[in-house]
Amino acid sequence: MREAGPTDAVDGAQPRAVVSPSSTTETAEVLRAAYEGGFRTVVRGGGSKLGLGNPPAGVDLVLSTERLGRVLEHAAGDLVVRVEAGVRLADLQAALAPAGQLLGLDPPEARATVGGVVAANASGPRRLRYGTVRDLLIGITVVLADGTVAHSGGKVVKNVAGYDLGKLFAGSLGTLGVIVEAIFRLHPAPAATAVATAEVAAPGQAGSAVRALLASALVPSAIELDWPGPDGPGTLTVLFEGIGPGVDAQAANTARLLADAGTPGARVLLDGEPGQGGEAGLGGGADRGGEATRAAAALGALPWEAGQLGVKVATGPSGLPGALATVWEVAAAHGLAARATAHAGTGVLRAGLDGGDATTLAAFVNGARERLAPAQAGLVVAEAPLEVKQGVDAWGPVGDALPLMRKVKQRFDPSGLLSPGRFVGGI
Amino acid sequence: MVDRQRLIERMRAVLGPGGVIAERNQLRTYECDGLAAFRVVPALVVLPETTEQVQGAVRVCHEEGVPFVARGSGTGLSGGALPVSDGVLIVLSRMRRILEIDYDDQRAVVEPGVINLWVTKEVAPRGYYYAPDPSSQLICSIGGNVAENSGGAHCLKYGFTTNHVTGLEIVLPDGDLVHLGGKAPDPPGYDLVGAFVGSEGTLGIATKVTLRLLRKPEAVRTLMAAFESADAAGDAVSKIIAAGIVPAAVEIMDALAMEAAEAAVHVHYPEGAGAVLIVELDGPEAECTHQFEEVERLCQEAGSTTIQIAEDDDQRALFWKGRKSAFAAVGRISPDYYVQDGVIPRTALGAVLREIADMAEERGLRVANVFHAGDGNLHPLVLYDGDVEGEEERAEELAAKILFACLALGGSITGEHGVGADKKKYMPKQFTADDLDVMQLLRCAFDPDGRCNPGKVFPTPRLCGETPGKRHVHPAEQPGLVEAV
Ligand SMILES: Cc1cc2nc3c(=O)[nH]c(=O)nc-3n(C[C@H](O)[C@H](O)[C@H](O)COP(=O)(O)OP(=O)(O)OC[C@H]3O[C@@H](n4cnc5c(N)ncnc54)[C@H](O)[C@@H]3O)c2cc1C
Ligand SMILES: Cc1cc2nc3c(=O)[nH]c(=O)nc-3n(C[C@H](O)[C@H](O)[C@H](O)COP(=O)(O)OP(=O)(O)OC[C@H]3O[C@@H](n4cnc5c(N)ncnc54)[C@H](O)[C@@H]3O)c2cc1C
Repeated sequence: MREAGPTDAVDGAQPRAVVSPSSTTETAEVLRAAYEGGFRTVVRGGGSKLGLGNPPAGVDLVLSTERLGRVLEHAAGDLVVRVEAGVRLADLQAALAPAGQLLGLDPPEARATVGGVVAANASGPRRLRYGTVRDLLIGITVVLADGTVAHSGGKVVKNVAGYDLGKLFAGSLGTLGVIVEAIFRLHPAPAATAVATAEVAAPGQAGSAVRALLASALVPSAIELDWPGPDGPGTLTVLFEGIGPGVDAQAANTARLLADAGTPGARVLLDGEPGQGGEAGLGGGADRGGEATRAAAALGALPWEAGQLGVKVATGPSGLPGALATVWEVAAAHGLAARATAHAGTGVLRAGLDGGDATTLAAFVNGARERLAPAQAGLVVAEAPLEVKQGVDAWGPVGDALPLMRKVKQRFDPSGLLSPGRFVGGI
Repeated sequence: MVDRQRLIERMRAVLGPGGVIAERNQLRTYECDGLAAFRVVPALVVLPETTEQVQGAVRVCHEEGVPFVARGSGTGLSGGALPVSDGVLIVLSRMRRILEIDYDDQRAVVEPGVINLWVTKEVAPRGYYYAPDPSSQLICSIGGNVAENSGGAHCLKYGFTTNHVTGLEIVLPDGDLVHLGGKAPDPPGYDLVGAFVGSEGTLGIATKVTLRLLRKPEAVRTLMAAFESADAAGDAVSKIIAAGIVPAAVEIMDALAMEAAEAAVHVHYPEGAGAVLIVELDGPEAECTHQFEEVERLCQEAGSTTIQIAEDDDQRALFWKGRKSAFAAVGRISPDYYVQDGVIPRTALGAVLREIADMAEERGLRVANVFHAGDGNLHPLVLYDGDVEGEEERAEELAAKILFACLALGGSITGEHGVGADKKKYMPKQFTADDLDVMQLLRCAFDPDGRCNPGKVFPTPRLCGETPGKRHVHPAEQPGLVEAV
């Protein structure tokens, strides 16, 4: 517990105190006291994405999970791990690596904590293979606004007893309660890595290549697209992880398939001796492998810098080329440069916008949203200067389920004390 | 008490005369689901054909203060679709259209009454399938799968229903229609799709379901390895997992389960085996071939007596037929049986099997074991003869004790059949009172009047009441914050 300083501000809102409980019980005590006092609380994990969502309506207390930092139990034989929310994802991966296992989540932020990753539903390139938080989280312990501690799920992968609160809390951005513990299912770390990569000249060409890949029997871990801007080509990178002979053959087949789909000049990157590759990008980035592992580690970087405007458009694979073209058009119309990357296999596009003042950037968000809406593609602001966020809703419309979401919030946090105003529809 | 005649008339106005069943004899058809030990005749059964009719029927229930229960194919094994005597049973089996298939985005949109296997049949010619494959897949509905978060043999690698549903249209208990999720990933807002899947019909009625489709793997390899005991088979599974292999499916059947299945489908299990292990790998050809050799070697290392490899799809189908018919086949070796569903951490397999055997022996009962060994989901089948005085009670008691053993090992009271009416009494053994109360907050958000499948899942229904309003203390009036916390 200490008084808050200017660096503790959350999106412009200045808290008065920062408190760092070191256990579930302490977290519950802090929240109960905050509840009784009517203090508005924002949770902070690694603080890497505290700017996510709308600026809070106000904050009195920052609850930091920095002292909830223990890996509680790694049941290697069961491929399950139980961790406290403040454990950094990179540290967790490092703890799992000796057993040849990993948690299949690879968001770009190195500082991210387990709690933050769950609360923000963070993901990375390998979501194509492992899914997202909702697919890997099998148990959760949360503390509600009034200090009530609750668990759901458990230590077993298969479990349908009771409601799945883990799903509800994944992506809830600290608005329903504080995540104090999470239990995940794990995967064996792959022994080898291979990559196929090709230049693509236009969004439509990338789209055809991705369609052909997805329709094939190949099993990539990731299909990533990197496009610095509309004036040059983009790069499509297809990642394979598994055992040596398997991944090398798949990468070679991918190169052929890309050529057949009208994408010439595909290159295959191999690590050399099978077994040399590591779980780079997931296991703490040790430089163990050759070309393929290095290429894999470079995947998934965000196309924006801190302080720029970064948006995320989730369309599904078939909508991606259209969404990319739309983002470029609207950016050009506002005189902005747009760099894009995409998890092309799942259809999640991210774009960083450069140039222009806050008004222009806000106009871009609203304009792009409007153009994308008919294609059922939502645009979410993932990073933005405060002035931009003051002019737009970070989330955009969420449809006819909003009243129901409000009711959920109302039940879990009736006094509206947790991250007020940050979430969809002002929740 | 509601005026039944009035209810019938209002329902007929919504559904037409053919959509309402009110005659006692016909109502009895619906008195139970796959768990026949619980029976209740509903006041009324309605058979909507459209979302609008579901909405209309639910709205009538809401206005008349009548509880309702959804029913798909009625194959549930926990009494989830058990009717309420003064309530309406809403049967979704006439909503059976596959509405849309989108191969590019690998999604299908279906009505809730669509049978699980129909989805795969529909998309198989194009090389796709729907992954969750409960043994009941020939008859159970997608709506029922969503409600139960059903699993199947191939869920070890590919996940359960919840990992394959990306969107839902649901009718809320007050008749409102909402759309959750959709085809695209990461919809903003709370993951209410995730909250709804597995909620056992207590949060509303699903009227449209968006499913993920998967591309058929390039190669599939299946083997059946015999062992002296289920324990030894479990050991082989541990070795396979420790080698970093994630099989598509890993199933174990013990001697008694084999005996039953053999009588039913003639799989030709090896003579004298104490257990068989079925391992299926799928994926890219090169990887599959390599890992399959390793699996074979690991089975031998663990002491497998014989290993049979499926030569073709027919033989593979036979291996699976033996496994998938095991529940029903047990009827051939015992007049009555109780299907239990519990979960343990996979590594505790040997321990729990020994405990089950001891407990069964103490009570003079036989237990046939069938399990999804990869994820620790056990299905002990407790055999008994209802005509023998006291045997049914002993069987029930044993079934309960098996669950407690699972819990003691850090497991769960249900891995896929759900809590329903059957296991709600055990929920307090797995969860604290606070856990259950917090789960009910979700229930209250969806169904504040508790009219949607009441009496299931939770031992004591919570009265939702008014949600407390904003608190009055304003932070500005609290200068001593730092000291207060
Ligand atoms: C709109 C949006 C878009 C995103 N886009 C991407 C993307 O494209 N790629 C990607 O990899 N990631 C993305 N993320 C995820 C995010 O960027 C981070 O990876 C992750 O949040 C970092 O964790 P942290 O520990 O630094 O969290 P912090 O930055 O400290 O916190 C993040 C949020 O989670 C809450 N929080 C933190 N810990 C807890 C806890 N224990 N309990 C409850 N709430 C908590 C905070 O209040 C805050 O709202 C996105 C998230 C959102 C919401
Ligand atoms: C021989 C046999 C083998 C089985 N094997 C497996 C197995 O391997 N794995 C497994 O997981 N299960 C298995 N089951 C159990 C059962 O088949 C599943 O639970 C299945 O999902 C139930 O589907 P149903 O359509 O029969 O649902 P029902 O039994 O009709 O209903 C089940 C629950 O779903 C609710 N419900 C139904 N439709 C809807 C809807 N549209 N919206 C909201 N709620 C709804 C009901 O209210 C009820 O609570 C097996 C059952 C049998 C008889």
